[in-house]
Amino acid sequence: MRENINESKKKLKMWENTRRNWYNYSRNPLSIIGLLVICIIILVTVFAPYVSPHPKSADKFIDFDEANRPPSSIHICGTDQYGRDVLTRIFFGYRYSLIMGIVVLAIVTPLGVLLGLTAGYFKDSWIETIIMRITDIFVAVPPLILALAVCSVLTPGLFHAMMAVCLMWWPWYTRMVYGISSSLKGEFFVQAAELTGASNLHILLREILPNCMAPILTKMSLDMGWVILIGASLSFVGLGVQPPTPDLGSMVAEGCKYLPDQWWISVFPAIAIMLVVLGFNLVGDGVRDMFGA
Amino acid sequence: MSKPLLEIRNLHVWFKVFGGILKVLDGVDLIVRPGEKIGLVGEMGCGKTTTMKSIMKLLPIPPAIIPEGEIIYKGKNILKMSSEELQRIRRKEISMIFEDPTAALNPVFTIGQQLQDAIKFSGSNNVKTKKDIKNRAIQALKEVSLPDPERILRYYPLQLSGGMRQRICISMALISSSELLIADEPGTSLDVTIQDQILRLLKELVEKRGSSIILISHALGLVRGMTDRVYVMYAGSIVETGKTKELFSNPLHPYSQGLLNAIPKLTGDGIGEGISGRIPEYINPPSGCRFHPRCRYVKPICKEKKPPFFKVDEDHEVKCFKF
Amino acid sequence: MKLSVLNFRKKVMKLPNNNILNISNLVKYFYTRQGTVRAVDGVSFAIGERETFGLVGESGSGKSTVAYTVVGAYNPTEGRILYKGRDISRESRKRPQSLKKEIQIVFQDPGSSLNPARTISQILELPLKVHAVVKDPKERMNKIAELLDMVQLPSDYLYKYPTMIGGGEKQMVGIARALATNPSFVVLDEPTSALDVSIQAKIINMLIKFQKEFGLAYLFITHDLSLMRNIADRVAIMYLGKICEIAPTSEFFKTPLHPYTQMLLSSIPVITDEEEKLKPKKIISKGEIPSPVNIPSGCSFHLRCPRKIPICSKDDPIMVNVKEGHCVRCHLFTR
Repeated sequence: MRENINESKKKLKMWENTRRNWYNYSRNPLSIIGLLVICIIILVTVFAPYVSPHPKSADKFIDFDEANRPPSSIHICGTDQYGRDVLTRIFFGYRYSLIMGIVVLAIVTPLGVLLGLTAGYFKDSWIETIIMRITDIFVAVPPLILALAVCSVLTPGLFHAMMAVCLMWWPWYTRMVYGISSSLKGEFFVQAAELTGASNLHILLREILPNCMAPILTKMSLDMGWVILIGASLSFVGLGVQPPTPDLGSMVAEGCKYLPDQWWISVFPAIAIMLVVLGFNLVGDGVRDMFGA
Repeated sequence: MSKPLLEIRNLHVWFKVFGGILKVLDGVDLIVRPGEKIGLVGEMGCGKTTTMKSIMKLLPIPPAIIPEGEIIYKGKNILKMSSEELQRIRRKEISMIFEDPTAALNPVFTIGQQLQDAIKFSGSNNVKTKKDIKNRAIQALKEVSLPDPERILRYYPLQLSGGMRQRICISMALISSSELLIADEPGTSLDVTIQDQILRLLKELVEKRGSSIILISHALGLVRGMTDRVYVMYAGSIVETGKTKELFSNPLHPYSQGLLNAIPKLTGDGIGEGISGRIPEYINPPSGCRFHPRCRYVKPICKEKKPPFFKVDEDHEVKCFKF
Repeated sequence: MKLSVLNFRKKVMKLPNNNILNISNLVKYFYTRQGTVRAVDGVSFAIGERETFGLVGESGSGKSTVAYTVVGAYNPTEGRILYKGRDISRESRKRPQSLKKEIQIVFQDPGSSLNPARTISQILELPLKVHAVVKDPKERMNKIAELLDMVQLPSDYLYKYPTMIGGGEKQMVGIARALATNPSFVVLDEPTSALDVSIQAKIINMLIKFQKEFGLAYLFITHDLSLMRNIADRVAIMYLGKICEIAPTSEFFKTPLHPYTQMLLSSIPVITDEEEKLKPKKIISKGEIPSPVNIPSGCSFHLRCPRKIPICSKDDPIMVNVKEGHCVRCHLFTR
């Protein structure tokens, strides 16, 4: 009986928390717009084969009769030099952008955060020195150059591009969490846990980590946009996704040759990149507001 | 009865926050006469600092709203004064000593520089040259019994102890010939012996100049040693006022009684029980008398109407329907 | 001189029933860039079971350091801590897990002693989980609800975060947390200094009740002498890392011997005239408290002492037993 009451109280509290978080998030109308944009993009991406006007364009497709047509009611964003529908290719191109964002963050965040927590908690010990000096080395290399170097050594492709971006991204999480962890180390509640006899793992994951969640989630939201942009930059120079697979960066690159006459081949993919990055940035701002920063 | 120096009449102060309106002050009445030492006691969150900040007009408006009430200083309403008049009063007539001396002093300027600023803005006529200012600064530091004032002028606040910083804050407050001093929890962050020294010093200086002082504190023992009259505040209004010694030995309002009972004493056996319940939320304060949810003697009328002041004795008034 | 020290030690050991805690010559120095901070410089006392031992002093006296060293936050530089006869003079990391169940601490600042990112139930669950006090998770929830009940907090506080509750209530959670593992000895470091008087009264009365109910020994630290009088059985006063005087409470307040004790007692702010009469004659304290990095030679108090004699600036006095249970460390009494 008592357990049931407690369970329902818990659910009530969680619902209250969700409502309050939404309230804080939605104070800024731009955050809502960002969220809307991202939701639309995600839907479009997931259901790309069904929503796109000319699904065949996403694959090897050549139709020189339709090539280089300006935007019209049939081809809303026009066609490219091979006759492929630009809008369809944008929808499918978003897939690779989002995949890159999700995979990179899924690898980088746990790794970076764990290292940061450990380094901060064991401040002034050899553990911290090793971790932070390695972090310093990676931070010192200009990020894009590192990515380019890795990609040019290995065969260009989505997988290697993701690896390269991971390599240059993790140190920032480590640094951020290191700062918070080392400052929380001296707090009384951490001491209380230590004195009770909690294990180090518990202290790192259950005492210190929850206090870092706000900046971590904010950073992740903002980073999605950045990772997508870096991914597009790599593709732009030919080190990412290879043709004929549709990818926003490579579409912009290919379309450059046809500027300014067939402007739609480059411009629409560029706008698409801008939309997704802007969307994530606005969501990131909203997340920051939500956590009351 | 001399004419009051400062009179707060029915002051209401509200704050607009996202969840609604915090109705913090609910009709505060306070009188300070020239040369009087007044205490304002109450627990955390009762509105003492809000009251004091409104005297100096330090409350940011918005989010603060003052729907009703007046603060009359020397016959004029502070809330309606022009900014020049207000400036003049802040420079020459009313000074405030804040609770935390470390926070009140700018850590990147030396004491000498900060005193210099205080002197320049005090608008005294006889300090013109740099030498004059320096001498005035040294004089101010000597007044608060700081040893070796010349050397202290060159120090940064963080190089000095808490007691010294508090003395410097006091000297800065007294640089202009203040008529009214407001001391917000002076010495709370200091050790007992140092706090004792500081309060004696304050009392001495105030008596020497004939200024009035409002001493705000949640430590009733301090207030007893230093003030002539005291106001007890709860949840945004004054609940009882009277001569200090009298009120402390004979508290009438149930809240004052509970408070005095709960203080650990050197006599008696054990500590009294606290007062049950919590301080009310200002978003949705209790109707009528704000103390009624926690009061032992609550009657139906207490929930409906706010009690007015009942005069029990010369100078001893209570806001309670018991009377 | 050595003889009187031995005598003192013997007398201390003889005090109330079984001593749950015995501290002898505890020293804790912190080595910083500004110099060596001699936070605790040779402290000895004993606490009996079910006794409340009060430690009083101003800033820099070392009282908090003593508390934290006993609990295990610091490694003692020198000296011994005996708990129920066992030597535990190390940091808590090197102490057996079972010990951590028995010795608990309530911190001074309720705001930072509770993790703001965890709910009350999670905070209270930790000691129960670590020490496997209750093994079944459902039973654990019941025990947590019981603990909340014990400190008179409503059960819907379980899922609140510390930022949503008041200072006094946070401190009550801190006390519940300390008592969750059924300890025998609780260190309380200024538990009510940050709280209002009415809440303080509630908490102190609760602590006294728990002591009687669970047979706890308390090491109670505060700077508020009036409070100390109403809660402690014996009081020790510290100055710059050393104890100046130890006495049973009533003795301490009736016949304070050490000049520092008298100075402190004469500066207590009191409420009634009755109390005013009970205070020793007003000694106006002069000067500032020296920093523990720069402790004066001889008796550390001599620069501020109104009754100093020539030897005070040269030699450090030793603790002597003046009466049964009443010891002072002052040249005026070592004749």
